[in-house]
Amino acid sequence: MTAENASQSRGANVRYENVQKSYDGETLVVKDLNIDIKRGEFLTMLGPSGSGKTTCLMMLAGFEPATNGEIFLNNAPINDVPPHKRGIGMVFQNYALFPHMTVAENLAFPLQVRKMSKADQEAKVKRALEMVELPTMGGRRPAQLSGGQQQRVAVARALVFEPDLVLMDEPLGALDKQLREQMQFEIKHIHESLGVTVVYVTHDQTEALVMSDRVAVFNDGVIQQLSPPDTLYESPRNSFVAQFIGENNKLDGKVESIDADYCSVRLTDGTQLKAEKVNVSSVGDLTTLSLRPERVETSGLDGMENVVRGHIEELIYLGDHIRVRMNIAGNPDFVVKVRNRSGEQKLKEGQELDVGWRASDCKALDHVQ
Amino acid sequence: MTDATMADMAASGGQELKTSDGRSLKAALKASQSVERRRAFLLVLPLLALLVASFIIPIGQLVTRSVYNPEVASYLPETSSALSGWNGEGVPDEEVFAALAADMVVGAENRTIGRVAARINREMPGTRSMIMGLSRSAEELQPPYREAFLADDEGWGEQALWRFLKRETRIITPAYYLIATDLEYNAEGEIVQRPENYQVYRTLFWRTAWMSLTITALCVLLGYPIAHLLATQPLRIANILMILVLLPFWTSLLVRTSSWIVLLQQQGVINDMLVWLGVVTDSGRLRMIYNKTGTIIAMTHILLPFMILPLYSVMKTIPPSYMRAARSLGATQTYAFTRVYLPLTIPGLAAGVLLVFILAIGYYITPALVGGDSGIFISNLIASNMQSSLANLKLGAALATILLVLVMLFYFVFNKLIGVDRLKFG
Repeated sequence: MTAENASQSRGANVRYENVQKSYDGETLVVKDLNIDIKRGEFLTMLGPSGSGKTTCLMMLAGFEPATNGEIFLNNAPINDVPPHKRGIGMVFQNYALFPHMTVAENLAFPLQVRKMSKADQEAKVKRALEMVELPTMGGRRPAQLSGGQQQRVAVARALVFEPDLVLMDEPLGALDKQLREQMQFEIKHIHESLGVTVVYVTHDQTEALVMSDRVAVFNDGVIQQLSPPDTLYESPRNSFVAQFIGENNKLDGKVESIDADYCSVRLTDGTQLKAEKVNVSSVGDLTTLSLRPERVETSGLDGMENVVRGHIEELIYLGDHIRVRMNIAGNPDFVVKVRNRSGEQKLKEGQELDVGWRASDCKALDHVQ
Repeated sequence: MTDATMADMAASGGQELKTSDGRSLKAALKASQSVERRRAFLLVLPLLALLVASFIIPIGQLVTRSVYNPEVASYLPETSSALSGWNGEGVPDEEVFAALAADMVVGAENRTIGRVAARINREMPGTRSMIMGLSRSAEELQPPYREAFLADDEGWGEQALWRFLKRETRIITPAYYLIATDLEYNAEGEIVQRPENYQVYRTLFWRTAWMSLTITALCVLLGYPIAHLLATQPLRIANILMILVLLPFWTSLLVRTSSWIVLLQQQGVINDMLVWLGVVTDSGRLRMIYNKTGTIIAMTHILLPFMILPLYSVMKTIPPSYMRAARSLGATQTYAFTRVYLPLTIPGLAAGVLLVFILAIGYYITPALVGGDSGIFISNLIASNMQSSLANLKLGAALATILLVLVMLFYFVFNKLIGVDRLKFG
């Protein structure tokens, strides 16, 4: 996003500066967090449970105080601002729609709090319901709506008072797969048309990749990587990110030589491979190589830097592709995705097969067990 | 055409559905469930029997007794029928006196005349000896009876006595309900206020009601925050707190009430402390027991768990995200509480209010022990009418029936306002 249209959009910017959080005074749930969220950005905090992502969101919303450090909203520190004065819209995990109020009353709640006139309230509620395509549902109670409809009402309620910043805490977690995919696009489109800043928390990596401008991958209270989705997938900075985002093959070895951006790695069974040097510093370092299953080729291997012969352990037919589980260089869980094209040779379990990949697709990362 | 399609057609024509072998579907369903139904009935049968024997029948008896007044009508049958012709002016004529003389002879033989005398004496003190005296010599009485009676005692010439007797010939009487509401029949048979120094019951009903309301209000004020605390603490701490709430339940009511006496009496712990702190002087020790204050304090303590438990069970189901959502939407803590949290706790709050108020309004033991004179409830008077030497079982029954009706009335109004099916008791 360029500087000009950033100033036009109604989004807010958020900055975490050296934020730390502890609940018990012994362990840090969030360790020295620094993020700069731009105006109008859709930023996702992604990580396994207990990684500190929800805590970060709750500190921003004002429900948890930061133990140390400062959070800025539009460049003003907000640590001492109570939640109701922050003007941040929020969508909760189980929607938190007030069950004793109708949908319209739920939507009017933030407007009543702001002492808006009755006519304005009605107009805004109507517009919000139209935005989430539920124009006739105003008179119903939340319990009379389906999960997907409740979800939309929750989104509408978080947006109806026109906040600059909307937080979403795993809002799609309770929906079934199909509905979840549909809602991902709807939320994305709403974000694009309104231009608000969205901070989104999820543990679902697909969701993060589909919706976000940038994704912050959390583990152990630390951001492991903060990048746009494609960078995250194609250039993971460390083994955790490589493993957490998408499917990943791991090969353990030791760095033998380094040549500018590439390095030569000897695996535990003696196989020598060439990989992109990402997270190793010197010769002799232990490393874990990361390789996406769809980047492994079974044909056209001439000129590939790495060609290895493996043993087919298992074939799983998935229609558009075949998942081949192979034993490669002593790793029995090496997965190759073979596209289901006509005229290909028929693969059989137990067969020996040569596979190959480019050095640029194979990343030498920090060693993990 | 097959049977199945016939059945389908019958159904679409709005007729009764049939099973495949032609029976009515409803009957078949009923038959298939009859074993289950019979088993369910057998399971509740013992409790049903107990309820009928120990609850429904006694209450029926109580209500009957409060209006049933057989003495004059059944022990003075001749007199009763003779009095039906009397116009109520002056003294009845010879016919009535003759009937009474005949009834007295029978009554003296069957020893039932004493019960009649006791009944009349309760309303008209001094008449007992007059009746009993005459009944001993009833067989020797000669016509004209009217003169004979008057010769025996001037009192037989009182118009009021005869009017009373005529009133008493009714088997169903509202007399006890009149007394229970501080009314009575005057000599002319009109319903009037009782003399001021006899008026106790209306004051007591009123006092019982407002003190029960005060106790209920105190229970809400004290119980609501505790229930909230219980519902929001982690389970381990909540369990410990819950035991503290339940602990009074496991202690004998008498022990709890007596310990309040120890604490609250004028030479008690609290007064000693206040004197030591210099808040009150030694001569100005507070009277906190054997009065209304004592009853309110002790009963609030005893009934508090009945408020906390239903509140707790409702608050437990309210996720904290509701309050957070309200806050994030711009509501202050107070606004979020009144608009979101409080309405969601109504089912528990109303259940607690209903429980505490109904328990309080019929409470007996605590007011009896710590209420003194000014802090007793209507149930204490019901009890004394049932047990003491001045027992008037029928008045007691009338008072108890009024209390029962008041409670049912409260329940009815409450149900109209809140809807009892929405309540959550625990």
